[in-house]
Amino acid sequence: MVTIIRKKVLNASVTLLEVEAPRIAKKAEPGQFIILRVDEQGERIPLTIADFDRERGTVTIIFQKVGLTTQLLGDLEEGDSIRDFVGPLGLPTELPEGARRVCVVGGGVGCAIAYPQAKGLHAKGLAVDVIAGFRSKDIVILEEEFKAVCDNLYITTDDGSYAEKGFVTDKLKSLIDAGNSYDAVIAIGPIPMMKFVCKTTEPYGIKTIVSLNPIMIDGTGMCGGCRVSVGGKMKFACVDGPDFDGHQVDFDELMSRNAVYRGEEAQQKQRHACRMEQLGKTLIH
Amino acid sequence: MANMSLTKVPVPEQDPQVRNHNFEEVCLGYTAEQAMEEAGRCLHCKNQPCVGGCPVNIHIPEFIAKVAEGDFKAAYEIISDTNALPSVSGRVCPQESQCEARCVRGIKGEPVAIGRLERFVADWYRENVNEMPRRPESNGVKVAVVGSGPASLTCASDLARAGYQVSIFEAFHTAGGVLVYGIPEFRLPKAIVQNEVDKLTAMGVELETDIVVGKTYTIDEMFADGYQAVFVGSGAGLPMFMGIEGETLAGVYSANEYLTRINLMKAYREEYDTPIKKIRRAAIVGGGNVAMDAARCAKRMGAEHVYVVYRRSEEEMPARREEIHHAKEEGIEFLFLNNPVKILGDDQGRVRAMECVRMELGEPDDSGRRRPIEVKGSEFELEVDAVIMSLGTSPNPLIRSTTPGLEANRKGCLVADEERLATTREGVYAGGDAVTGAATVILAMGAGKKAAAAMDQYLQEKRGK
Repeated sequence: MVTIIRKKVLNASVTLLEVEAPRIAKKAEPGQFIILRVDEQGERIPLTIADFDRERGTVTIIFQKVGLTTQLLGDLEEGDSIRDFVGPLGLPTELPEGARRVCVVGGGVGCAIAYPQAKGLHAKGLAVDVIAGFRSKDIVILEEEFKAVCDNLYITTDDGSYAEKGFVTDKLKSLIDAGNSYDAVIAIGPIPMMKFVCKTTEPYGIKTIVSLNPIMIDGTGMCGGCRVSVGGKMKFACVDGPDFDGHQVDFDELMSRNAVYRGEEAQQKQRHACRMEQLGKTLIH
Repeated sequence: MANMSLTKVPVPEQDPQVRNHNFEEVCLGYTAEQAMEEAGRCLHCKNQPCVGGCPVNIHIPEFIAKVAEGDFKAAYEIISDTNALPSVSGRVCPQESQCEARCVRGIKGEPVAIGRLERFVADWYRENVNEMPRRPESNGVKVAVVGSGPASLTCASDLARAGYQVSIFEAFHTAGGVLVYGIPEFRLPKAIVQNEVDKLTAMGVELETDIVVGKTYTIDEMFADGYQAVFVGSGAGLPMFMGIEGETLAGVYSANEYLTRINLMKAYREEYDTPIKKIRRAAIVGGGNVAMDAARCAKRMGAEHVYVVYRRSEEEMPARREEIHHAKEEGIEFLFLNNPVKILGDDQGRVRAMECVRMELGEPDDSGRRRPIEVKGSEFELEVDAVIMSLGTSPNPLIRSTTPGLEANRKGCLVADEERLATTREGVYAGGDAVTGAATVILAMGAGKKAAAAMDQYLQEKRGK
């Protein structure tokens, strides 16, 4: 059981929670994640550690309300507790040896995961550029936070409603073509975005690290639910990753594996809506 | 005069065509009358061969004598003197190859139903007395136990009785290991496992869940925090896959994943959030008890056809006869002498079929079993929408890779000496599947017991110095 000590609504669908978890805060490194379970009937879901404070003994998670569990999590307030909170899991991000300049690319809520990466690398003294892409202005998050931990921050919106219009891949390509030489690119976001970032960097031979987000259950390597194909070999993302060499990942396979429970998930959400409606009615009468 | 019937008193079971639609226990257990009648079959042999067959050395004839008298409380006390988990072992032990295999009555006719009697006594006690054990006087010495499966629970229980201050560290949110995530409710109700865990905490054992040793907390940190000895009972939870084409298709599961979703996460119950895919036709690959559990779960989850695909013949199957028999009664279809070659997907990356090849048995191999050989050109497609791989498991590398000085063998099993279960690191003991690779619940319990005794001796010697 962990207690929520801070809640911040970042935009209409993205929420930040800071929880008291001293054991995890003491060990966490950028790239690692936690598994949580909201309550006794809950499912286990993985979320990347978005920030940690070893002195305060806290861990921060940022998540998008996309289904039942993240909805329930988003409904919690400061002082409430989360039933189970396990970590830090997975391996910390590893950069190519001698890397001095990196570009961190975040897409949407993936920026929440890109943030600790940029922060960690910046603290180590590397030159860090950040490209943060969003669909539109209303969902831009962490702008101030990013500014504090990188040399150059480039924000893009698909519809041009804020900062530069276009996709992160457009920006990345133009930066590389303009002569910015990166020792590595770290891409974190929706699977199609990571896939296209990898396609963008491949011709330039820039090492590209992606943080994969397959379905997980235990997160400790005992079930293989999170297995992915990397360089033609089967890997368990929870123990061998979640970071992998993006040029080796089979993204199409990952996409189809992640879609397996879509029908069940929609039903789940429906059930939650019914439950909420029921609750609303009882409260009114 | 003993009851000289050549057969065991039969035990009532749920009807196969009813039980294959629910998760309630298959075996309903003896009534008091049935238990007393069966207890009457024990001859109370002087040399007690049955006790030698029990890895935790239960005083079998003594407890059976009490059952025959109808003094079930006394019978329970005799069992629990050496066995920390009687309601578990009475249900899941392969008695046919242990205590009952050595029963004199088994020479002519069926052996005494020791397992059923043990289970009856434990159930009777839980339902009628359920007194929580008292907290033994503490000797103030802290010891740590990694994992909370059968080896760890047994070890923790024995150490707590000896007065140690025991902390169990469990990675999952619920204690019990394979007893909660692996073995299904219809063979071992989870409320029973919880009751056994409650007895431990009543004895003062502290249970910390959600701690992944090697990640959240390391063995070195345990020693730094004042733990004087550590028992590693982390099991063998790493699933194996075949390495054939199509294993990453959507609809292919390890038995661990499938069973964890159902048993631990309770995906079979509407009010729990973990989803599970509706399967129409399932292929279970493998022939062990885990394969039987996965097959019977798939049937209960509504699959129309459940095939067990096994490369050898029925004779070589490692699963218990009783489980194979139960599975057959429930309508599970067995495809013996068949081996998967590849898994075929549709245009969306989902399983549509499994290609198999027929096998025939050749000469015996190293394991003494006849080696299966492919029949060339016999490939065929089995139409399925899910494949559950149940090929066995090996120990998770997490603990050995984060504990300096802890050696493992080629198969990833921790090296521990057979007598004392001491690892290559001073003060660290290990037992159960973490040492042997996937084996049985009762062997893990036996190892936990042995380790507890060795740890006690080690700690006493250390204090004496």
